[in-house]
Amino acid sequence: MTGAYSTIAFDAARCDGCNACMVSCAQAKAGSDEVADSRIQIVAGDGAFELAMCRQCGDPRCEANCPAAALVKNEDSGVVDWDGSKCVDCLLCTVGCAYGGIVRNARAGHVVKCDLCDGDPACVKACAPGALRYVTTARIYNEVGQLEDLFVPGLSGCQGCNTELIMRHALRRIGPDTVLATPPGCIPGMGSVGYNGLTGTKVPVFHPLLTNTASMLAGIKRRYNRLGREVNAVALAGDGGASDVGFQSLSGAAERGEQILFICVDNEGYMNTGMQRSSCTPYGAWTSTTPVGEHGRGKTQDAKNLPVLMMMHNCAYVATASTAFMEDLYAKLDRAIAASKRGFAYLHIYSPCTTGWRFPSQDNITVARMAVETNFVLLWEFDPEAGLQLTHPVDAPRPVRDYLEAQGKYRHLSPEQVAHIEAGIDRQAAFIARLAQAGGAPPARPSFA
Amino acid sequence: MIRHADYLIIGSSHAALAALHTLRMHDSEGAVTMVTRDASLPYSPTVLPYVVSGRSQPERVFLRDDAYFRAQKVDYLSGIEVERVAADRNVVRLANGDEIGYKALLVATGAQPVVPPIPGLGGVRYHVLRTLDDAVALRAAAAGARRAVVLGAGLIGMHAAENLAHAGADVAIVERLPHVLPGYFDADAAAMIGRAFAAGGVRLFTGREALSIAPGESGEPGCSVVLDGGETLPCDLLVVGVGVAPVTGLLQGSGVAVDRGVLVDDSMRSSVANIFAAGDVAQARGFYDGVKTLNGILPDAVEQGRIAGMAMAGDPGIKPYPGGVPLNTYTFFGQHAVSVGTHGEGIPGAETFTTVDASAARYLKIVLRDDRLLGIFGINAAFDPGVMWELILRRVDLAPVRERFLDAPQDAARVLMSRTWR
Ligand SMILES: Cc1cc2nc3c(=O)[nH]c(=O)nc-3n(C[C@H](O)[C@H](O)[C@H](O)COP(=O)(O)OP(=O)(O)OC[C@H]3O[C@@H](n4cnc5c(N)ncnc54)[C@H](O)[C@@H]3O)c2cc1C
Repeated sequence: MTGAYSTIAFDAARCDGCNACMVSCAQAKAGSDEVADSRIQIVAGDGAFELAMCRQCGDPRCEANCPAAALVKNEDSGVVDWDGSKCVDCLLCTVGCAYGGIVRNARAGHVVKCDLCDGDPACVKACAPGALRYVTTARIYNEVGQLEDLFVPGLSGCQGCNTELIMRHALRRIGPDTVLATPPGCIPGMGSVGYNGLTGTKVPVFHPLLTNTASMLAGIKRRYNRLGREVNAVALAGDGGASDVGFQSLSGAAERGEQILFICVDNEGYMNTGMQRSSCTPYGAWTSTTPVGEHGRGKTQDAKNLPVLMMMHNCAYVATASTAFMEDLYAKLDRAIAASKRGFAYLHIYSPCTTGWRFPSQDNITVARMAVETNFVLLWEFDPEAGLQLTHPVDAPRPVRDYLEAQGKYRHLSPEQVAHIEAGIDRQAAFIARLAQAGGAPPARPSFA
Repeated sequence: MIRHADYLIIGSSHAALAALHTLRMHDSEGAVTMVTRDASLPYSPTVLPYVVSGRSQPERVFLRDDAYFRAQKVDYLSGIEVERVAADRNVVRLANGDEIGYKALLVATGAQPVVPPIPGLGGVRYHVLRTLDDAVALRAAAAGARRAVVLGAGLIGMHAAENLAHAGADVAIVERLPHVLPGYFDADAAAMIGRAFAAGGVRLFTGREALSIAPGESGEPGCSVVLDGGETLPCDLLVVGVGVAPVTGLLQGSGVAVDRGVLVDDSMRSSVANIFAAGDVAQARGFYDGVKTLNGILPDAVEQGRIAGMAMAGDPGIKPYPGGVPLNTYTFFGQHAVSVGTHGEGIPGAETFTTVDASAARYLKIVLRDDRLLGIFGINAAFDPGVMWELILRRVDLAPVRERFLDAPQDAARVLMSRTWR
């Protein structure tokens, strides 16, 4: 079977109807300046712009309708290729296409369709407002799909949980020469440490205490270094284990520059034990220990910004990531793996919890994306040379209400609480922006007066 | 020896291939056998006019190769005719006497040319066009033809006539109905198409009947076609393209209900529960009137084949057949005609908007009812037939964009598409 493919995505909200995409397509494909010769067609509706172009369908009807075998879905590129030496100009392909994606062009004298410019689409390059994007995320899934899955089948996460995605993808990429620590939390809870004397992974895995994860890993890594064997020492921990009782050993390992990759899957609480608050639980959130009732209105304190704290250790690498932005996540994972050979690498992945945050199980990635789009969380990375850099700056954030309303755990919020959250978001954005501007490593004795 | 297949498909053309494609999406393992009387790999009858003209080389028209059938784990048995379907025993009998058992059977045998009962026709040599062999034979004959007569001004006859004219022959078309391409185009459009043929040197005898065929002078090849007005059209090449009829003979005595074609429901199931039919051989519900009818066109063969494959494999994602819509595209002398839907005859409340620009050879006709699209027809007019087909099937309300739609149907329809089903 085939894999996933790169594709052109259109965001109508950003399109201003400038036609630059059509002109550049016509120039690239027909040597003309006529928009009629463009294979991408932007049409003005009332008040918005609409798109007609080839979708490179997975099961293309143009191909099925072609009597001459001139149209074939290319299994490597995903493009529906047109072969002019076979085409008979019968136009039956245009009957099959419900998207206006294959159309007879008078100048060419035959049907024309988008071929993604061999992976470098001219229209996308010409789109100044960013309405057209060339989405290459598929490459990652294809690449990682080739790598061995190092967890057993049948992990028992909650319906819609994306932690399994994080675990499997991360370990595929990190590879089999790994010793894995999974301190108490959802990750061992769903079966990764194993049952009945068998592990749930195909690599050595152990189940430290919440408090000693980083120190145990440090010892194992040092032992292997002494033996001269290169091994990845990796923790897959929850936010509770990292930010609360596990913080002492984590901070110590980071300060000593142990060669560890510590991945914190932040679902904002102790979700597997009954959804208790952690220091990463945001202000206002319902948990079983910050209840909502006659007096309680959810958590009364702000969340600890753990990744910023880790950055202040001047680690070899620190980054935040989200499963709604997998390309970004993968780029950071690669850099974190590389950095963990030199020193301490810390990757903080924001991971919505369908059960504990109370939203429909199919909405996990949507909620994750909204967290980023509202600036509720910020995606950035840090290394001592470049300092902190935003990897997905959001210039015009969506109202945070969209994000809050998507989750049951914020249903009770009063306007004052929402205002508090909004102010916090602005402060956080300004603070991170200042760090980004400052660049380089944090001062040994930081002061941000 | 008797073979067994979970899925047995008779035919190897569009309906058969579409069914194979969708059934394999749902069932990757079930044993599939495809039997076809074509001696070659699969090809489309629609490409044959281009084989006749020389635009397509016969060895490059195949729709699938052996590697495809191997990868799909399909037994592809070519050059074998199915003679009988014994529905009571779930087996088919082949011309060589062998039998193949099946759990589910798809009859995708298509249609074959009708030979009209014209006195004298049986005694002369004539050509039809349905198989690759027909096309190769016609191409060879066309090379030496000086005078040709084509009976029938449907798609097949018109294609043949144009090819013969390009090959240098003096061509006449005889059509019983008052204009060419009946069913797809109205008199205005047909007149425009007819003019292109006349300009290309083809003589059109529409509204005329061929009464008899007289053999040529002894020793001479060819014959003469005698028309109802008394004229005689002598020719050395005769092409018969008066229509096609579903290939249902193999179902005689099987208990499968056949009217003009195999009667099927909206999942392409025949009156026998494990026998399905799709494509030119099937008689399925029409979109506009709900009456079961033949819709012998390639896009519908694909649509019906896809549904049949899903139904045979028990795919729960199946959507019922939306009903057949007449559709066609037709290229002639470098011009382009497209027809989607009905002209609205007999449909109360149908409104017709026609623009004819004879000098630019441009024609556009839009048929609406209650601001829903019933049909759209064009010659050298720009619109996306696939988008229009979808607007018809979805009965999309055009009231909010009515003026724009009538004025610039392509843009208006694209906006609706982008908003409704992108
Ligand atoms: C010259 C020509 C031009 C055309 N142009 C157009 C056009 O422009 N647009 C359009 O929409 N349509 C056109 N058509 C019609 C279109 O080709 C058909 O609608 C389409 O091919 C139907 O597909 P099908 O799979 O139902 O049947 P067919 O294509 O007829 O295939 C039937 C298959 O069944 C096999 N078969 C039949 N009987 C048996 C048997 N007893 N045992 C084993 N195998 C058997 C045949 O070998 C063949 O493989 C044209 C047809 C012709 C002939």
